[in-house]
Amino acid sequence: MPFLDRHKADKIGDALFKGVSFFFAVSVIVLSCLLFAVLLWEAIPALRAFGLRFLYTSAWDPVRSVFGALPAIYGTVVSSIIAVVIAVPISLGIAIFLTELSPAWLCGPAGMAIELLAAIPSIIYGMWGLFVFAPLLASRVEPFIIERLGFIPIFRGAPLGIGMLPAGFILAIMIIPFISSVARDVFRMTPPMLKESGYAVGATRWEVIRRIVMPFTKSGLFGAVILGLGRALGETMAVTFLIGNSYGMSAGLLNPATSISATLANEFTEAVDAVHISSLVALGLILFVITFIVLAGAKLLIKRFSLAGGGRA
Amino acid sequence: MPNFLYTRRKITNYAALGASLLSAAFGVAFLVWILKDVLVMGAGALSPAFFTELPAPPGEAGGGLANAIGGTLLLTVIATAIGVPSGILAGTYLSEYGRGSRLASAVRFIADILVSAPSIVIGIFVYAIIVRPSGGFSAIAGAVALAIIMLPVVIRTAEEVLKLVPDATREAALALGAPHWKVTVFVVYRGAARGITTGVMLAVARVSGETAPLLFTSFNNSFWNWKLNEPVSTLTVAIFNYAMGPYDDWHAKAWGAAFLITAAVLFVTVTARLVVGRRHGG
Amino acid sequence: MGEKITIKRLNFFYGPKHALKNVNLAVGDREITALIGPSGCGKTTFLRCLNRMHDLYPGNRYEGEIILDGADILLPGLDLIKLRSKVGMVFQKPTPFPMSIFDNIAFGLKLNGRRDRRDAAARVEAALKVSALWDETKDRLHEPALALSGGQQQRLCIARAIAVEPEVILMDEPCSALDPVATAKIEDLMSELKRNYTVVIVTHNMQQAARVSDRTGFFMMGEVMEFGPTRKIFTAPANKLTEDYITGRFG
Repeated sequence: MPFLDRHKADKIGDALFKGVSFFFAVSVIVLSCLLFAVLLWEAIPALRAFGLRFLYTSAWDPVRSVFGALPAIYGTVVSSIIAVVIAVPISLGIAIFLTELSPAWLCGPAGMAIELLAAIPSIIYGMWGLFVFAPLLASRVEPFIIERLGFIPIFRGAPLGIGMLPAGFILAIMIIPFISSVARDVFRMTPPMLKESGYAVGATRWEVIRRIVMPFTKSGLFGAVILGLGRALGETMAVTFLIGNSYGMSAGLLNPATSISATLANEFTEAVDAVHISSLVALGLILFVITFIVLAGAKLLIKRFSLAGGGRA
Repeated sequence: MPNFLYTRRKITNYAALGASLLSAAFGVAFLVWILKDVLVMGAGALSPAFFTELPAPPGEAGGGLANAIGGTLLLTVIATAIGVPSGILAGTYLSEYGRGSRLASAVRFIADILVSAPSIVIGIFVYAIIVRPSGGFSAIAGAVALAIIMLPVVIRTAEEVLKLVPDATREAALALGAPHWKVTVFVVYRGAARGITTGVMLAVARVSGETAPLLFTSFNNSFWNWKLNEPVSTLTVAIFNYAMGPYDDWHAKAWGAAFLITAAVLFVTVTARLVVGRRHGG
Repeated sequence: MGEKITIKRLNFFYGPKHALKNVNLAVGDREITALIGPSGCGKTTFLRCLNRMHDLYPGNRYEGEIILDGADILLPGLDLIKLRSKVGMVFQKPTPFPMSIFDNIAFGLKLNGRRDRRDAAARVEAALKVSALWDETKDRLHEPALALSGGQQQRLCIARAIAVEPEVILMDEPCSALDPVATAKIEDLMSELKRNYTVVIVTHNMQQAARVSDRTGFFMMGEVMEFGPTRKIFTAPANKLTEDYITGRFG
């Protein structure tokens, strides 16, 4: 009977469609597990050769085949922390401007401009940083910093325009859109009545933001900051251009340094020795694990706020 | 109430609000500054030859990046062809079948993390699973890397916009006796078409500007290449090599490429947001 | 008794929308003035004019005069911070700040720079006693305010409002989210507050207006239909619409 045939075809169609979409959904989990497994597998020669020493030694010598990840980890972490320290106050300022200050007609364009900062490809930041920003720092800013603040160890070094601090600064500009857009979203979730209660006891706009909105959105804001950190940790091209690519550690933030991603970008295609390649993959594995943990933390914090936000009881 | 304290509160208020205004100005100023330099330096480097000729030998002036433009288009098209359908299907699972299921929330969680995961690590991964087994850098490896980066972006936007289609619409269509999959394809997708288009455009813009995952996959090529099993030049990798190189002409070429890729990425992003994406008040 | 606030020819606009039309009212000093009327009649809009809460949002405009203690609070350049320290407000739903019970009440005090611990503690205690919350909270002052029940939270908000020693307290349907027992406690509290404060309350509940208030204003479609002593409004309304409303014929 035709009716039954159609019915049967529909059922098969349903099962097929559901099966295919299920397959692709699961593929995300499989992919990330595979990613981890492949990196781990490829990193085994290096881990076998150096063991845990890989994490805390700082030699990086392809000739002698001795590798230690510490300077790269240090550079990744320090440049990201610099980025977060610079980006957080500015991002909060932007979020406050967009939610509390901006007239309605400006809100859209200003928000769009900040979002476009996130759309500019990483390599453009790197190139602009190298050709425009670094020379400016080297000639105008860094000599001044060294002269005036040189008594503080972190501000010592040569005025090269490239190094840990310049890389951190460009990273800061790159992560500002991410932090400020999450911060704006969580600020908007503050119930208007709660803010009005603050105004009703005579608080100023800033007092309402500082004492009511920010405590109320605390976990969401924290998530935004961690998200920015996660972004900064994994950023490659801009850092590769600006960090100076010098494998070593120095307290002076103006000195050239390196990071995990910059080391990978510079050396991976040129490495021939198996232990060298494996050591580079091990760096990638470390980066993947660190960012995965940081981003998972950010995600959980933001989610906890969105679930609790509004009617927190 | 002590008057000086009151004055201090007001000053603090204006200072803090002023600082927030300055922060916004800071962000916008950097956007304008970067775009201005890319425009000025990039437009100066562009010429008809830039779009039609192959790169000149190192150190010689002239030539163009026609092969890199082609390579970027090639990789983006293939990555989109792989990443978009699989992303939409996975998003469909999350929105249509997996609401509230543990598997769906795990997929969502992982996808959200992968959206921000370091793209260079994806490059290493694809190097290990495609480049080395196949014996060399190839266009297809680059496209796969970009598709992997695209996938979680498409999944999350697809899920979001599919969820915006009201359940009543689904129920009305189901009540007519249509099978679930037909309802999804012909009713739900149609209802969410605008949002999906926006999401796809943003994902395309995102991957077309990627560099890091291509360094070890599609690598580089001084000549035309349309073969998927051979390395291919792209605008972003060309920028990397040229900007790091010693010649002024290379730097000019890098600016030209930077201008092209930035203009394309921003054009697609702005179009997606303004023209297509008048959606859920975002 | 004298008049605390006199409203003359007040008109209010949300952008192009004419929300209050030629409102004339007199709020008695240390009395409770109740504002009643159907949803969307403008009573809450009117209440929020009295502490200029509308100024937080763009596009709103006032016309006319609101005379508080002899001075027009609608004059441009008026200090809103000072106005709001003098005219407190309690909202439809309890709005405890995300901090401890003590800090909630001390919030307004700290803003005004009262950093003396002992003084703050005394004033927090006094405010909690007035709002009849002291016995329930004295052992847990440093716990989060969000741990209190809905009724307790609303009394906390009243305590928070009176801790800054305002002269007028505005209440926007303060019992709408509460159960009958908690409502009764708030009503007792209002009668207590009347001794020291001028209270203006918006309510949906006509029995509540009849029970607690001295004067009542009946709003409809942005206009005051009738205003006078509560007893008169509820026993011998002059306006047919008022009578229909209070007898429940519409609403």
